[in-house]
Amino acid sequence: MIPASFEYFSPQTLAEAIALLQKHGSDAKILAGGQSLIPLMKLRMASPKSLIDLNRISGLSYIKEADGFLTIGALTRESDIDSSDLIRGKYPILADTATVIADPLVRNMATVGGNLAHADPANDHPATMLALGCEVIATGPKGARKIPIGEFFTDIFTTSLRPDEILTEIRIPVPPARSGGAYLKVERKVGDFAAAAVAVQITLDGNNVKRVGIGLTNVGPTPIKAKRAEKALEGKAIDERNIGEAARIASEEAQPTDDLRGSAEYKRSLIRVLTVRALQKGIARAKGEH
Amino acid sequence: MAKQKIRVTVNGIAHEAEVEPRMLLVHFIREVLSLTGTHIGCDTTTCGACTLLLDEKPIKSCTAFAVMADGREIMTVEGLEKDGKLDPVQDGFHQEHGLQCGFCTPGMMMTSYALLKKNPSPSEEDIRWAISGNLCRCTGYVNIVKSVQYASQKAAH
Repeated sequence: MIPASFEYFSPQTLAEAIALLQKHGSDAKILAGGQSLIPLMKLRMASPKSLIDLNRISGLSYIKEADGFLTIGALTRESDIDSSDLIRGKYPILADTATVIADPLVRNMATVGGNLAHADPANDHPATMLALGCEVIATGPKGARKIPIGEFFTDIFTTSLRPDEILTEIRIPVPPARSGGAYLKVERKVGDFAAAAVAVQITLDGNNVKRVGIGLTNVGPTPIKAKRAEKALEGKAIDERNIGEAARIASEEAQPTDDLRGSAEYKRSLIRVLTVRALQKGIARAKGEH
Repeated sequence: MAKQKIRVTVNGIAHEAEVEPRMLLVHFIREVLSLTGTHIGCDTTTCGACTLLLDEKPIKSCTAFAVMADGREIMTVEGLEKDGKLDPVQDGFHQEHGLQCGFCTPGMMMTSYALLKKNPSPSEEDIRWAISGNLCRCTGYVNIVKSVQYASQKAAH
């Protein structure tokens, strides 16, 4: 399959890339890893007139902790997240997520920024970032601004990025002591999108829940933050009944539809079961048991 | 659309070519450079028959544009054999009969080669995980795993 013709730009700096975006407007698309965009272009579901390739801009790929945040450059490859000791040690929910995205070959190209900015509700990072409560940095002609992740996904394949802005960084608050998280996905086979998946990030205070974030993948037109389930659990003891009740509420917050990956009823059931398991795993990690 | 000049090193040899930006990397490798060992299977980022190494990392070349490889290094299955000597990975697929129809084999070998560079003594699980983006519809993978294990042991001696 051959994509429609396009004009290709490979800017060396972020400023050049933004200037190109300003000039070409909505006719242009940003090319990062290309693992979602190129298949769409081959199917002619996307036919941008111009592609602005970020891959030659240095300084957009990094994973580091500073000033209370884990910062990840938008061009960081999924395979780099997967193999980062910092992430495996302190942010296992991110490693859980990166290792189940597509397949190992795709992960060598695919980027975390692209996974978010593409805003496919079937993508895996969005739920995880919703659970972690991160913010993303959007850089445009007037400089950089912060967007809380809860305000980022506005509709299917649509974000609050302006047409002349590029997602350049993800900022995740360093979790306090006694925090843990997990991402659990049910996929029919490696490389497929989730039938459903759940991200949980939890902080404990004694035997109680101090804070919890719950994100749901591929059960609605956007990634879903299960706010009612979070609220139902906060301040409560971490016992079977409370966990089960939060999971039941999360399954109500899901908006699945019937498709090849299963019926809406099945997916709702998956969300309930995966929420229980992700909470249990996150709690075990928060207690240092994993 | 105007063609664009790219310079790419493939299996140690520098190439220069004018390509349309929309040309896929796999088409560049097969049709411009005539290196037809890299196969086109599904053409939908699923099967991995088109796997080659871009700056030493295995990728699906049906899901990259040739212009993205400008200034970078590529290794294809034709680059495995050196001075008439098979790479241990090729030897492994030969000795352990790691193929039947052979269509997936170039991609399988490139992924296996990259795995062994990074992890010279992989467990069976490591191998199965590494090749999870490469589909084989003949072997059931058992002999492919054995081939990679053979290559790992051979390289260690």
